[in-house]
Amino acid sequence: MKIVKHRLFWPAAALVTLLIINTIANPNFARVTLQDGQLYGNPINILRESAPLMLVALGMTLVIATRGIDLSVGAIMAVSGAVALTILDASENPGGLGSVAVAVVVAVLVGLVLGVWNGFLVSVLGIQPIIATLVLMLAGRGVALLITGGFITTVNSAPYKFIATGYLVVLPVAFFIWVAAVVIVSVLERRTALGMLTEAVGINPEASRLAGVRSRGIIWTAYIASGVLAGIAGVIFASNTMAADANSAGYLIELYAILAVVLGGTSLMGGKFSIAGTVIGVMTVQALNSAILFLGVPPAQAPVFFAAVVIIVVLLQSPRVHSYGRSVGQLLGVGVKPTREDKKEVAA
Amino acid sequence: MPLSSPCQYGPVDAVKPIVELEGATVRFGAFTALDGVDFRMFPGEVHSLMGENGAGKSTLIKAITGALPLESGTLLIDGDPVTFPTPQAAQRAGISTVNQDVDLLANMSVAENIWLGREPRRFGLVDNRAMRHQAREVLNSLAVDIDPASILGGHSLAAQQLVAIARAISVDVKVLVLDEPTSSLDTDEVAELFRVIRDFKERGVAILFVSHFLDQVYEICDRVTVLRDGARVGEYLTTELLRIDLVQKMLGRDVAEFAARERVIEPDMPADPFLSARGITSTPGIADADVDIAAGEVLGLAGLLGSGRTELARALTGVDRPEDGILRIENREKRLNSPRQALSLGVVYSPENRRTEGLVPELSIQENIVLALQAQRGVMRRIPTARQRELVISWIDALGIRPADPDRKVRTLSGGNQQKVMLARLLALSPRLLVLDEPTRGIDVGAKVEIQNLVGDLADNGLAVVFISAELEEVLRVGDRVAVLRNGRVAETLPADSLNADILLALVAQPDLPEA
Amino acid sequence: MSTTDTTARQSTDVATTISTFTGRYVSLLPTFAAITILIALLVGAELYFGNFLTPRNVSALLLDNAYLMVLAVGMTFVIVTAGIDLSVGSVMAFTGILGASLIASGIPVIIVIPVMLVAGAAIGLLIGVLVQYFNVQPFIASLAGLFLGRGLAYVVSLNSIRVEDPVLVWMRTRIPLGDFYIAPTGIIAIFTVIIGALVMHFTRFGRTVYAVGGSEQSTRLMGLNVARTKVMVYVISGLCGGLAGLLLTAYTGAGYPRNGIGTELDVIAVVVIGGTLLTGGRGYVLGSMIGVFVFGTIKTIISFMGAEQSWTHIIVGVLLLVFVVVQRAIVSRSQQKE
Repeated sequence: MKIVKHRLFWPAAALVTLLIINTIANPNFARVTLQDGQLYGNPINILRESAPLMLVALGMTLVIATRGIDLSVGAIMAVSGAVALTILDASENPGGLGSVAVAVVVAVLVGLVLGVWNGFLVSVLGIQPIIATLVLMLAGRGVALLITGGFITTVNSAPYKFIATGYLVVLPVAFFIWVAAVVIVSVLERRTALGMLTEAVGINPEASRLAGVRSRGIIWTAYIASGVLAGIAGVIFASNTMAADANSAGYLIELYAILAVVLGGTSLMGGKFSIAGTVIGVMTVQALNSAILFLGVPPAQAPVFFAAVVIIVVLLQSPRVHSYGRSVGQLLGVGVKPTREDKKEVAA
Repeated sequence: MPLSSPCQYGPVDAVKPIVELEGATVRFGAFTALDGVDFRMFPGEVHSLMGENGAGKSTLIKAITGALPLESGTLLIDGDPVTFPTPQAAQRAGISTVNQDVDLLANMSVAENIWLGREPRRFGLVDNRAMRHQAREVLNSLAVDIDPASILGGHSLAAQQLVAIARAISVDVKVLVLDEPTSSLDTDEVAELFRVIRDFKERGVAILFVSHFLDQVYEICDRVTVLRDGARVGEYLTTELLRIDLVQKMLGRDVAEFAARERVIEPDMPADPFLSARGITSTPGIADADVDIAAGEVLGLAGLLGSGRTELARALTGVDRPEDGILRIENREKRLNSPRQALSLGVVYSPENRRTEGLVPELSIQENIVLALQAQRGVMRRIPTARQRELVISWIDALGIRPADPDRKVRTLSGGNQQKVMLARLLALSPRLLVLDEPTRGIDVGAKVEIQNLVGDLADNGLAVVFISAELEEVLRVGDRVAVLRNGRVAETLPADSLNADILLALVAQPDLPEA
Repeated sequence: MSTTDTTARQSTDVATTISTFTGRYVSLLPTFAAITILIALLVGAELYFGNFLTPRNVSALLLDNAYLMVLAVGMTFVIVTAGIDLSVGSVMAFTGILGASLIASGIPVIIVIPVMLVAGAAIGLLIGVLVQYFNVQPFIASLAGLFLGRGLAYVVSLNSIRVEDPVLVWMRTRIPLGDFYIAPTGIIAIFTVIIGALVMHFTRFGRTVYAVGGSEQSTRLMGLNVARTKVMVYVISGLCGGLAGLLLTAYTGAGYPRNGIGTELDVIAVVVIGGTLLTGGRGYVLGSMIGVFVFGTIKTIISFMGAEQSWTHIIVGVLLLVFVVVQRAIVSRSQQKE
């Protein structure tokens, strides 16, 4: 019974169920083959392709924990990808490790600057997060288009391409990148006091102020982290396509990232966050995506399924559905404890 | 002096009550907010409802204005039993309410605020011109000069209050309920409001006036119903009820004999105070308050609701920035711009509403206790897990926090244990001055005594403590000196030994004499 | 004595006049700012290019942005209640391709148009119900609407469908007005604006929309129907999405499932630039129309300059930022007053 109560139980159960259904529907789904010391197959593809979404969702988790939201991540991806490829394109030796390093570092720095900007609007000017990040969401793609001159810049650079499609040992590089990001963020959040203070600010800003927490810096940090991670995601995305497409890079990724965070059990109302939950959430989104493809649905139609998932998830979180559930439960003689929201309703 | 007994009904007895509540009971879960209360209002009379926080005033108002259903008991209007499913139903029956926080729309015009939902229409469309015209008429009937087309949010709170009244009376009103209408008004604005109230009274409207300002109650009200802990203490005519008796009834003390007040006890000001404040002003709430607190003493703050006790505590601890006044800590002048700065000087505050302003309910006991300490150390210098655990367990033991599980979410704790977590957080900072705002409100007797004893021990160990409580006995028991607050000023500061509950009561209830 | 009295009285009169004005019209200030920006843009462009304010250009401003104007009307309703609707672009794409496909399969326009409008309104209803009855944040609920609309558009067709129906062709015919011209799509857009403004200002429903944006709690206490109002604004926005789908299909002569990607952001931006507060309670349908013209003018200027169209979004983003910061300042000042 205790395991059912764990906050990650339901997200993990959903993911496992999805994977089982996929495997039953098509046994090829779970097949992994080893070729030339590199693993191939659908599960490996999911691990590889989830890198941009994972990075973005990681940043989104921190921002949501502060009761905020970052809509600009897709635009930041587009900008950073455009910057990286434009630098490579302009360099004399696009295949050189030096130029690739410069391109990557500058692109990530651009993400950082944009994150600083978002954080400034939210934490210093006190603008609502949705609106503050909407500005960049709107203008960012325009900037990316300017950088690429409105064209889809394509570049040939083996080392750059390696970032998204290469292998280290037996697994894809992109997989190692996101695992590293997850580990670094987890360590930063849990080995410093950042995680706890972020949650405190997200749950009760006034109590945090009275306890002497400097919420401005904490909120700002979350947006900066989101910007940097989106910058890295942009680099990986551009490396996968080797084309800086300002319109399609990171398109709708902010929405998928929010979905992944919510699927991972972090509440959009801020507060307690779970990085492990977000990892599960991202995997679920990716698995769902592959399942849809496997079913032969054109990728363009996939949003219908995601709409259904969003609706189901929000309904499951809704207090009204909880109270229906409870009355049904009572009819069936199953005791369900009232949740916090319901108590609030009574008090109000 | 004899106690004034529930009055024998005088001339108004010939008139039948317009509102009558018989045996009204309202419960919220296990909590009984109103317990078999009888209540009545007469036309052409201003009736006051008195009681401390949690006495059931708001619940009673909600019960007669249709905002809350009665669990048992009956509501009679003009002698007929009625039930109002909604506030609108009550309004249709002629009962209008003006709530404490003016429930109007700051973004809309004055005229719209008066007529919203009942706008005059022509050809099915809202007739804005007629609406403004009619609003003007209603405002004129109150002798108020406000442009009906102007945006409400641009007006003073007093003007908004009058607009709220205008909305309430724009229907045919028989009963007007004013819940704390004067809490944010200045003297002239109160006079203006009273003029309007007297006008209604003459027109035969029954008015329920709720205020925690005794002077105002005595100035405007004919009749008082006192509530305590959800039960009715009694109904009295203001002319027959002494202030001191009223306060006794509100606070729930039975005074066998009322000792004459000993005049002029020199306040025993400490020679070398840890904190010394002069002329602290923060509107609304406190005006020109002086206070000194020395290390090793407990200063009790006694005052009625609205006397400025919380506002003073917040101004002393950097939570609110006072507009005026000088604060000296260890003889150095300081400006406290934030709680953070106060904490770094060893000045800590436990807020009145520990759930909304103090604790982080979704976090664990451990996280809540280390929060302020960690914030002080900074993000990067995390207190190692083992050290946190050690620290938290020592505080759990020292204060007897139950359940003694550091990982338990604070949300699930009882009020007393939540308060202890709050205290542990503050004490972990090794503070110099501890300001406790109603630390014992809403917690059980056992925990209350524990906290009182703890406060004494802390002072014995050299801590300066400010202790705020609505219960005068508690202030006397815990405090070494007692500062009496009236109308936002520290009226006097006296050694607790020189006081007893009756004297303190008299001091707290005393009207402020006009300054010579 | 008497002279000082008179002067004092005169100065109070002036002060009263000013305070009456600001007291009444303070919420119009952002809209005035938008009008000023629009005039400055038009005059500046005319001075710079010399051939900017031609009848042809001015007429095109309405024709090219008719669909945006219709979407902006619906969005104004939603934002005034302090909500947001991200679904409008994809609802427009869905109803557009749905209409095109139905017409292509030979169903008469007289049936197709109502179907398009109802389809849009249905998605709006779904969002409204999620927001009102299931406490879903408008942002998330309309996000589901965005996914749904986009996906359904591709379900209808993965490719664009040409529309040759005479009614839709007629809708984009240019009716000359002297040197100017106007197309039926433009007339429909203007009508939508007028109806929207009338509903907002002269119906109880419209006043309740403002009230909900001011304070939901107070509105409920005043006995107004908050639930119905909140659901209705999303239905209206969906309906406008359907109508915009019709206009865009008529204007482009085809339904295309990729239409309107990112349009929701343009619509939010023009509504805010037109003077509507994103925190709700203040805003004007006519202001949103001005916002659309500002947007359209910027686009035209940029194409005149031969610059990248991507500048449009950068400039609109900057304008949005300026407006949001100014609004923030206004709000915090009025809060201090209280």
